[in-house]
Amino acid sequence: MSTPMETVTAPLWGWVLLTVVKSLAVLIALLTAFAYMTWLERRLIARFQIRLGPNRVGPFGLLQPLADGIKLFFKEDFMPEEADKPLFLLAPAISMIAAFTAFAVIPFGPTDITLWGVPLFQIANPDTGILFVLAATSLGVYGIILGGWASTSKYPLLGALRSSAQLISYELAVGLAIVGVIVLSGTLKLPEIVEQQAGLWNLFVLPLGFLLLVVGATAEVNRAPFDLPESEQELTAGYHTEYGGMKFAAFFVAEYVNLVTAASVITTLFLGGWRGPFVDQIPLLGLFWFFVKVFAFVFFFIWLRATLPRVRYDQLMDLGWKLLIPLAFVNLFVASLIAL
Amino acid sequence: MLVEYGFLLIYMAVGLGITGVILFANTVLGPRRRPSPAKLMPYESGIPPLSSPRERFHVRYYLIAMIFLIFDLEIAFIYPWAVIYQQLGWAGFWEMLVFLGILILGYVYAWKRGALRWE
Repeated sequence: MSTPMETVTAPLWGWVLLTVVKSLAVLIALLTAFAYMTWLERRLIARFQIRLGPNRVGPFGLLQPLADGIKLFFKEDFMPEEADKPLFLLAPAISMIAAFTAFAVIPFGPTDITLWGVPLFQIANPDTGILFVLAATSLGVYGIILGGWASTSKYPLLGALRSSAQLISYELAVGLAIVGVIVLSGTLKLPEIVEQQAGLWNLFVLPLGFLLLVVGATAEVNRAPFDLPESEQELTAGYHTEYGGMKFAAFFVAEYVNLVTAASVITTLFLGGWRGPFVDQIPLLGLFWFFVKVFAFVFFFIWLRATLPRVRYDQLMDLGWKLLIPLAFVNLFVASLIAL
Repeated sequence: MLVEYGFLLIYMAVGLGITGVILFANTVLGPRRRPSPAKLMPYESGIPPLSSPRERFHVRYYLIAMIFLIFDLEIAFIYPWAVIYQQLGWAGFWEMLVFLGILILGYVYAWKRGALRWE
């Protein structure tokens, strides 16, 4: 398959309009994915624990996320008295926008399907590629720490501190694990990395890097067994204890969208992205394969939560600093030997 | 290419719009605010707060942040190297080995001095 577009042939209004439509489609898809991931998680966790889970609202409880969403819209827009008001309002918005932004450079389908020279299945393909994902996800830390600080309350502050220390610690392991792939591919652009995996997935070239990224990403998106920022038994709800209504939901949206982005990044870097059987004959199948792979990861993350107990904070930091980082150096060393 | 950042800006603007609409809709649709002293108090499991929540926190958090800064800069430096690594060949390999060797020395030092220890 050929490389993605070199020139946009559309007039200015054309590609602006097309990008707005594409952005809306992607964002609505992400929000829908969020809504149904909450449903899926509750249903699956229930099954793992031999319960039924939500099954009253609509068939199989399928309308439950809708009911939850509507309820949150009609909640009192509450703000604690001692909160730092501008920051308190800004924090959930930052979290949500950062989560949305990180998804922008992910190719979720064949990028040579274009309209007016604009690829349909990727929002943007800047030279910075994967670096842009790292930058955008790092911005999410601001949402968390500002939210915890602005609440002027003990649990949120502790949750925010823990969360930021955890995020920056695992950021290093994730960043180093990704360099291994970059050394092999020689580019930061995600569509090109996908193309290079047409023959062999990076998973089979750098299995260690894959493992590091999966563990690191689980910690980066605060999923069990690394969900210390909101360990409800000791910190109530962590950094969003004082939040309610849609402001609370915004943090929740950010968390699940980040989960989708993490799954997409792992898929793109190590599992051949949208590539799969028959994708060269029927390019649209690429969308399906991408969905299947991301879904498999979402299932895996839920499975982890149902299976593993939460680690202690010192165990978490030890794992990040004393195991993942040395292993990431080993991974980079191996990758640079393979690449030559 | 510059047009790619145009795409990004449009996407982020639409994302900002959706976020704004969702958060604003809650303000409009939700019931009128009915504050009460107990509701406005910082949440501490139902007990009136004993001290200010803006307490000092442990120095370890600063330490982790500082070590993170060093390592993150190193990684930022490795990225451009990784992109052109295959053109650099063995020269690039040895150079990065020396660079990372110095970094790892510092890492081992920090580890031995207990900077990475959490109790």
